Amino acid sequence: MFAQLVEYLQYPFVRYAIIVGVLIALCSSLLGVTLVLKRFSFIGDGLSHVAFGALAIASVLNLSNNMLLVLPITVISAVLLLRNGQNTRIKGDAAIAMISVGALAFGYLIMNVFSTSSNLSGDVCSTLFGSTSILTLTSGQVWGCAILSVCVIAFFVLFYNKIFAVTFDENFAMATGVKAERYNLMIAVVIAVIIVLAMNLVGALLISALVVFPALSAMRIYSSFLKVTICSAVLSVICALVGILISILAGTPVGSTIVAVDVLMFGICYLCGMVRGR
Amino acid sequence: MAYLTIRDLSLGYENQAILTNLDFTVDKGDYLCVVGENGSGKSTLMKTLLGLTPPIKGQIQWGDGLKINEIGYLPQQTIVQKDFPASVWEVVISGCQGRMGLSPFYKKEEKLTAERNLERMGITHLRNSSYRNLSGGQQQRVLLARALCATTKVLLLDEPVSGLDPKVTAEMYALIKQLNDEGITIIMISHDIEAAVRYATHILHIGGKVFFGTKEEYKKSDLGKFFLAQEGGGF
Repeated sequence: MFAQLVEYLQYPFVRYAIIVGVLIALCSSLLGVTLVLKRFSFIGDGLSHVAFGALAIASVLNLSNNMLLVLPITVISAVLLLRNGQNTRIKGDAAIAMISVGALAFGYLIMNVFSTSSNLSGDVCSTLFGSTSILTLTSGQVWGCAILSVCVIAFFVLFYNKIFAVTFDENFAMATGVKAERYNLMIAVVIAVIIVLAMNLVGALLISALVVFPALSAMRIYSSFLKVTICSAVLSVICALVGILISILAGTPVGSTIVAVDVLMFGICYLCGMVRGR
Repeated sequence: MAYLTIRDLSLGYENQAILTNLDFTVDKGDYLCVVGENGSGKSTLMKTLLGLTPPIKGQIQWGDGLKINEIGYLPQQTIVQKDFPASVWEVVISGCQGRMGLSPFYKKEEKLTAERNLERMGITHLRNSSYRNLSGGQQQRVLLARALCATTKVLLLDEPVSGLDPKVTAEMYALIKQLNDEGITIIMISHDIEAAVRYATHILHIGGKVFFGTKEEYKKSDLGKFFLAQEGGGF
């Protein structure tokens, strides 16, 4: 099996897939902690459905680079959803549910009515559950992804203390002069970028898992914000790596394999947490 | 000039006024207790003073060189905080954020401030403990230490003793009194009128009727007599 793995690793497309997969897993887990704690676990799901809808429109319009449409639409939705956090008229979860299923329905509708593709259900399936496109990445796409990831990580490190303050107690932060709304906005934009990136990897339906599972697993074991953040990043990278390798060796779909490993990891962490008495 | 001057203030949500024509002042070193029944607008008043909710009408003036990011605030605990993974140190030092501007990391000065306030609240030994595993009284001390990181001048406290047992409540009041003696101006919301009269220097009673004055005046006023008699306080 090891020899087989080494042989596969000689192909550039396998190496690209691993690099991109690990980077995306890392980025999504970093912000996952904040989103879970802010009770926005489902934002990943909602936004990815929006991205799906946007992708449908882009493919009907036959855009050469569909990211030009998908990214702005997703970012705008993220801003609208996260903007006033605690004080909206329609509460967070309801708004996410509305936008999420709404976009999904319209996306499928548009694809169905206007599509010129001969393999419609195949297209839909691959956008929802992750396509094989992670195995057909070009070096340009890998560089693009790497640059965006570095930006996300730099953002997170530079604003780490502010993200903590805003997550732990938004009202206190605002009352003492922290520009909480500005940081909420930045978090929204970054999470939208991550989701659009991650759609290639695990597909629209499974993105939430990348955001939520590492954070929840880490929270079972550690109880300081810094340790939880680092642990969730490490777990996420390990799970993504293991998942991709298994899927290459066993020929299983990439996205769902990664998520399955994440679920397994959560189970292990849950047991560890119980043993340590939390 | 007073620290805080309120003139003809009306407050509420979306043009639904809860309170109208409020006038009061807070001077340096005062200990003001805001009392009133549930729903009388105490928390809204606090949020308006902090600039979280815009006033419908009137003026809020912070004076005497006090800036908005020099105010400490002890909010009521939120559900999010109940299972939030954070160490005491992380929570306390986050109180320094307000005056850090865009600077990303804590420097020596902030760390010293946080350490001093841990000691002041007698929780240095809890430094690395997890906030969510602390008792209610300890959590309040942590949040108070955080508020003190944000200010050396004014503290706004929103029901600081709600949910605490009598012994811890007494300790909390003593702690707040001690801070006031050290020169920090206190503005506290409470529905414990008896304790308010015992510790505060000034009382603002809101609700159907509004009263503002020193606690001696309050004890002599009809409103004060009525509520103190109801609470069975022998003051």
